[in-house]
Amino acid sequence: MRRLILLSCLISTASLAGGAYVRVPAGEFQSVLKYEDNKGKQKVAAFDMMKQPVTNAQFLEFVRTNPQWQRGKTPVVFAEQKHYLSHWQAPLVLGTNVKPQQPVTQVSWFAASAYCEAQGARLPTWNEWEYTAAADPKRRDARNDPAWRESILGWYAKPASTPIADVGKKPANIYGIQDLNGLIWEWTEDYSAMLVSADNRNQSDPDKSKFCGASALSMEDKESYAVMMRVAMLSSLEAVNSTSNLGFRCAKSLPRTQTRSP
Amino acid sequence: MKRSVFPLIVAAVLFSLPGCKPGKQDVAADTAPVKTDTGGSAAGDFGPPQGEPVNAVLTSPPLVPPATGRTAPAKVIVELEVKEVEMEISEGVKYTFWTFGGTVPGSFIRVRQGDTVEFHLKNHPDNKMPHNIDLHAVTGPGGGAASSFTAPGHQSQFTFKALNAGLFVYHCATAPVGMHVANGMYGLILVEPPQGMPKVDREYYVMQGDFYTVGKYREKGMQAFDMQKAIDENPTYVLFNGSEGALLGDKALKLNVGETVRLYVGNGGPNLVSSFHIIGEIFDKVYTEGGTHYQENVQTTLIPAGGSSIVEYKAEVPGTGVIVDHSIFRAFNKGALGMVKTEGPENKAIYSGKEVDSVYLGDKAVSSAPVSAAATATAGGVLTLDQQIKAGEALFNGTCSVCHQSSGAGIPNVFPPLAKSDFLNADKNRAIHIVLNGLNGPVTVNGNKFDSVMPPMSQLNDDEVANIVTFVLNSWGNKGGTVTAAEVAKVRKETPRPQGAAH
Repeated sequence: MRRLILLSCLISTASLAGGAYVRVPAGEFQSVLKYEDNKGKQKVAAFDMMKQPVTNAQFLEFVRTNPQWQRGKTPVVFAEQKHYLSHWQAPLVLGTNVKPQQPVTQVSWFAASAYCEAQGARLPTWNEWEYTAAADPKRRDARNDPAWRESILGWYAKPASTPIADVGKKPANIYGIQDLNGLIWEWTEDYSAMLVSADNRNQSDPDKSKFCGASALSMEDKESYAVMMRVAMLSSLEAVNSTSNLGFRCAKSLPRTQTRSP
Repeated sequence: MKRSVFPLIVAAVLFSLPGCKPGKQDVAADTAPVKTDTGGSAAGDFGPPQGEPVNAVLTSPPLVPPATGRTAPAKVIVELEVKEVEMEISEGVKYTFWTFGGTVPGSFIRVRQGDTVEFHLKNHPDNKMPHNIDLHAVTGPGGGAASSFTAPGHQSQFTFKALNAGLFVYHCATAPVGMHVANGMYGLILVEPPQGMPKVDREYYVMQGDFYTVGKYREKGMQAFDMQKAIDENPTYVLFNGSEGALLGDKALKLNVGETVRLYVGNGGPNLVSSFHIIGEIFDKVYTEGGTHYQENVQTTLIPAGGSSIVEYKAEVPGTGVIVDHSIFRAFNKGALGMVKTEGPENKAIYSGKEVDSVYLGDKAVSSAPVSAAATATAGGVLTLDQQIKAGEALFNGTCSVCHQSSGAGIPNVFPPLAKSDFLNADKNRAIHIVLNGLNGPVTVNGNKFDSVMPPMSQLNDDEVANIVTFVLNSWGNKGGTVTAAEVAKVRKETPRPQGAAH
């Protein structure tokens, strides 16, 4: 009994550590997305982002305390019954094929948002995510380095049937954040507003019914295609969808006084 | 139907008259009006589908589904699954292909003009990428692409009416399109004309594509996609049916003498245009660009990227036809090779096989009698030095004297001398090596420097090389000696020839 308690203590410490947030300073960057109302650089305010993606162990803890998010109990409008956490052995059992320290996948946007909300957090915006993922261990923007691009493409070239690695195995980027590239796809808060055409050959003549609103987008094709594929992936999803390679991490806005630039 | 077709024929004839040259016009006037126009999509709607829905038979390359055999429009259900799979692109070389149906090219789809096609695109849950499909047979925006954008573990459905007959390419159109296509996401859909395709004995499915890997051609191991090479249109591989060897050896297409074969040929690209050719065959018919009308008696047909061609021929003689992209370096240095093996009785009246194999010396003609004499003596095991020298002299005059001169003096500063040559006399094996493999770069002969290129003469057999070197060693003040065929064979075996060199 005591050992069991000790074990559960260990698990919760581990998950707390994994759920740690890291401060990302404010900055400006050129997104791969071209916003109709802002073709220049995107400003990103300082924010906190989870050091690593949310793990199976962490999400298991969440559904234990929030039974409405257990597999089979979630309304179909919030998660596809066929896919949601379908790789877990049972609603509250990971099973032998699913490791606690692997990032959780097969979660809908609604479930991911609920998890972050329970933490007093939210999903990162695409801009925050892309801004942070542009870094490598030494630079805040490593996107011009072919090695940076190759590391992303190397992951694309591996079929998704290869098991997903545990979180935190790769070096952190300059902000101290890990696994943004090369581990999983990640939900973003505003993924559905990206409105990238399903057929990217339409860029010059977007279907107006689909592209109305200020944020009609198109993408630069050539150098940014590695990032663009992530955008394409997110664009293909509905908020109830989940896939075997799609997970998330949370972010937090800073209190207003802290976001202002000095 | 008849009522609507007739005015079209009249219209077509009327329209075509002003464009005809005067001479041709007379001919046309003398013959019955020829139907030159099928009416295209305007004449391709035969009304609502009839009968129960039909599940389309899909086949993996090089196989083609059977003819639909239908005479009325049907509702056809096509279920195509996208799979991202690791396969061999060349022996010992792996690549992650993105496929329609698990193969490159994707499954062959066959429907009839006027059919209503209910298309289900499934993206396997194990896939990483979203995908969609643009079928060139679709009349409608994006060819179905916008209606079929599908996340992994999901499927989407759309329906179209196949209004135009022809052989059409389909491909993935998800961003970045070029990368999805370069990874193998293309295939063919045949829309049969209402009367079906004319009967042939065999049908096959062949599709060309270009591939871009970070590693060099045939560099072993797992190879990743190289975007820069793709942008530069500089492929590492150009292949039929997605792998080097997909149509070679046991996997060659098979035919019997007397049979007529039809190849449905596509070109997925993403970049290259194919000069499609079969060595040793002439296409009796080519439905250019996969359309309705055929050209006859064609050697090489051009297939655009994202286009197709239907070629037909009758196999008259046995043997192996080699399928190539006649942009020929692609065939021999990038993998664009396939084979059609035809079996059956020889027909010497059409093709004799090799009748004569003799030395052709042009203006260097000398008697080849000593060569024959030496060959006979070798076979009898009684070859003398004298016979070797005589045979070597004849061969030397045919092969070597253009550069080294009949006197063995060479040409100052260009071709080194063989007469009284310190370089030659120093090492007999080196001399054999140079004949077999050529020599490239600076050498010093009798104190003079030469920096030139001698091509490999490896087409000479061991006996011939032995006789030539023996002749040279015993001429023009050289030190003498004998070279045997066995010595030549040894040198030949020890020196691996560079890949692709003449053999």
